[in-house]
This record gives sequence, structure tokens and C-alpha cells, in this order.
Amino acid sequence: MTFVELADTLVDDFDVIDLLHTLASRSVELLDASAAGIMLADQRGGLQVMASSTEEARLLELYELQNDEGPCLDCFRSGRPVAQDGLPAMRSSWPAFTERLQELGFNSAQALPLRLRSNTIGALNIFRTSPGPLTEADLRLGQAMADVATIGLMQERAITARELLAEQLQTALNSRIVLEQAKGVLAERTGLPVDQVFQMMRAYARNGGLRLSEVAAQVTDGSISDVLLRPNRGMRSEDPRVH
Amino acid sequence: MHAAWRVSRERVAFRHSARGDRQPGRSLTPVRGRRVAEILGLLADHRGEHASLPARLCQECVSALPVTGVGLALMTAQGPSSVIVAATDEVARRLEELQFSFGEGPCVDASRSGRPVLRPDLLAGATNHWPGFAAAALTVGVRAIFAFPLQVGAIRIGVLDLYRNTPGRLTDAQLADALAFADVATLVLLHLQGGSVGDQVHPWLGGPLGGGAKVHQATGMISVQLGVSLADALLRLRAHAYADGRPVSDVAADVVDRRMRFDDSEKGHSTGAPQ
Repeated sequence: MTFVELADTLVDDFDVIDLLHTLASRSVELLDASAAGIMLADQRGGLQVMASSTEEARLLELYELQNDEGPCLDCFRSGRPVAQDGLPAMRSSWPAFTERLQELGFNSAQALPLRLRSNTIGALNIFRTSPGPLTEADLRLGQAMADVATIGLMQERAITARELLAEQLQTALNSRIVLEQAKGVLAERTGLPVDQVFQMMRAYARNGGLRLSEVAAQVTDGSISDVLLRPNRGMRSEDPRVH
Repeated sequence: MHAAWRVSRERVAFRHSARGDRQPGRSLTPVRGRRVAEILGLLADHRGEHASLPARLCQECVSALPVTGVGLALMTAQGPSSVIVAATDEVARRLEELQFSFGEGPCVDASRSGRPVLRPDLLAGATNHWPGFAAAALTVGVRAIFAFPLQVGAIRIGVLDLYRNTPGRLTDAQLADALAFADVATLVLLHLQGGSVGDQVHPWLGGPLGGGAKVHQATGMISVQLGVSLADALLRLRAHAYADGRPVSDVAADVVDRRMRFDDSEKGHSTGAPQ
């Protein structure tokens, strides 16, 4: 069950990247969505993609575009869910973003805020191939999942909450960069595309009970690339976990 | 310790180029990266002052933020080093020395874990991780510490330490500013590390977070192509972009999409040759 899974992270030693990847995958599975991703505030005035249901390169660029316009930017600024009724309204609000969205085969995009007390720290981006926003029921479920994930970012109680959150966000941002560097290292070693090597790392992490961040760090320092290169180390795109 | 460390002499000529990462026709987020560019501009405008780039960076930082002093230290692969690159005052310098000699402290944690450590009051909250250091720091007059690891993913270069002699936290806006200074410090140290790349700190719009995923993916690919560290790979990527007058993100896209490989020629100079 999703909430148990997300709530499991409310203990020591969890990984923000893993948490957000779980939120992204579960959003696709439980909501009527084709793809989902999470952007977090970089605390310098911008938004960074942290996790996506698929790490396909053009989709990642679509997130990055939302630093200029798009549902995530509006959602982050307002702290409220953002959706449009249909494509004409989307084109009117976000012309460049909507054009790129449709090039990728999607016809709807909306965002739900990741909120912690009075702070909006990021947004959950939902993409659909069908036009029109999520139903009310899916919207409530999606927001509840986002809320649980955000609470999961606050694991310790001893230290002042604000400083802790800032520290964790910066750590997560840097972990994301390590992940991208690791993708590059593996892509060059294997000759495979970057989104495929992401799946390799993820499968390896799952099989070994490791955090994705740990695996990425070990790829960049050279300690596990050989193991990952074994072909039967699975490039499965389906999540085998039962919930 | 990286064998190729070369700290430039003070007369590093620094010029803030207008080229940077600006792509014609593409709108850039107004806020993101603006402060980094601003700080680089301030550092460029030194008008014959002889203080080193890192020293001037620390001075700008202490002027801009409600902190008493700032120190900048290098990292090694094993953890904090004893090399203090710059410090605005004796207490800042002493703070760096204490951490190295105790082997513990917020800056040690920050540089080892890659996680910033923000302690608005050493007398409140958890300092049980570094009891020896905390006591010593309080003795020399340090009451609050904000330590920022200087890093680009797995590339860990140093740490920027801000301290206060009275307790007090940074507001969100001040934290954003401190992070911008940390980004600039990262760029400055990367620049100083690659002394042969040229005497100009290549501006990187948006700081180390700017340019998108492809810059970091390309860094990984280039490190394997050239058989060098990620730090060196990043330097080579940026140097090539600057020499070509193209945004770093463009060259990175060429690498990731496999339109370009990095190979050292027979002469030992790097070339980005189309495949």
C-alpha cells in the first residue's frame, strides 16, 4: 500500500531521491497519469527536477523548461494546485511549454504543491495523454500522496525544522547531480542511452537493497560499474514490488 | 590530494565575459543564476587590488551577509584538508584550523557528507556530534556557523564557512545569497584547479546547477573518454565551450547525443572532434 511505503521513510537513513522516485512511480500507477515528476526549489530562485517516472531525456527537458513557464512554476509560486481545462487554455498560459508537451505525446499537464507548513518546497507534475485535468478523486489522492512525501522529508525532530529542511534540500539537489554524472559514466562505458542506464542503476539498487544515491555515488567513484554491466542485471521497466 | 593542484598567483586576471551561457532567443529565468553572475562581476571589478580571488570572494560574502567572518578551505578525496585558501579574519582562520585538528565540526561534516550544516546557535540544538570542536569554537568567540560544501555532484572541492559571534539564523533570502556565494566559490576553486585552462573564470550562468542534466551527464561521459577525474572532465567541457564561444549546455548536448567525443590528440591537447 502506497501510504505504508511512503510512511516507511519516516525513519532514519532514508534517501530523498528514493522517496521522490517512489512518489513519481506511484503517481503514475494510482492516478490516471502517463508520467509524473517532482521538482524541488533549489533555494536560489529556481526549480530542479529531482525524480521522474521515466528518465527519458526529452521529458527531463520538459521539467527544466518550467523554470520559465508551466504548471510547476505557477504551482510553486502560488502554493496551489494548477491545472487548465484543456489545450487551448494551456496554450494561452504556457505557449512554449504546451508545444513541447504535445511533441512528447502528452495533452495535459498539471501540478500539485509539495507543502510543508507554510512553505511550498516544490511541485508534483502530472502528465496525461488524454486532454483535461485529473478527476476530483484523483486530485485528492495525488495531493495526499504529495503531502505524505513532504512530511517524509522531515525525519529528525531535534534540530530546528527550517535549517534541517534547507540542509536536506541541498543534499538532495547534489545527489541528483551525482545521479546525472553516474548516468554519463555508465552511458559511456556501456554505449547505452542515459535513460536505460538509469534503469540499470535502479534495478541494481532494488536488488541489492541499496539506495539509488549510494549506487550512483559508487558508479562515480568506480567501485561498482563492472557489476552493473552484467546483462542479466535487469533493465526492467516494470516495478516488481507487490503492494 | 589531487596531484595537479596549482594555486594561481594573486595576479590572476579575471574578466567577466559577456558570452557566458546566454543562448540567443531562449528566455532565461530572471532570478536563477543572476546573483551568481552579479557576484562574479563584483569579483572582476577589482581595479588593481592585489588580494587573491578567493580572498576577495570571502570579503564580498562578509559584506553581503549578516555574518562576522568567512573562511574558504580545500577538500581532499579523504576529507577536509589543512589548506585554508582564504579567511577574512583570525577567528575564521582559527575556525578552519580547529576543525582540521579536532577532525570534527560542521565544516568537516559538510565537506565529508556533501551536506550543508546550518547552526544558528552552537549553544542550542544538537552539537553532540562535535563536543570538542563546539567547546573550542565557543571559546574563540564563534556562536553560529553555516558551512557549505563546495561541490558539483560527486566533485567535492572545498567548503565555505560563515560564522557569527552572536547567535542568529539566515533568512530564506540570505540563505539564497549564501548559496550563490558557495556556487561562485565552487567556480573559483574549479578555475584555480585547472591553471592551464586560462586566466579567466568562465562564468557559468545559474552556477553549478545551471545548464540542466546534460552538463552533468556529459561530465561523466568525458571523464571516461579521457580517463580523467570528474573535476578535470568538467573543466575540459567548460574550457571547450568557452573556446568555441558556445554555451556549456550546447557542447554538453553534443557529447550526450554522441555528436562529439573528447579525445586527447598526439600532442596531448584535448580536442572535441565530431564523430
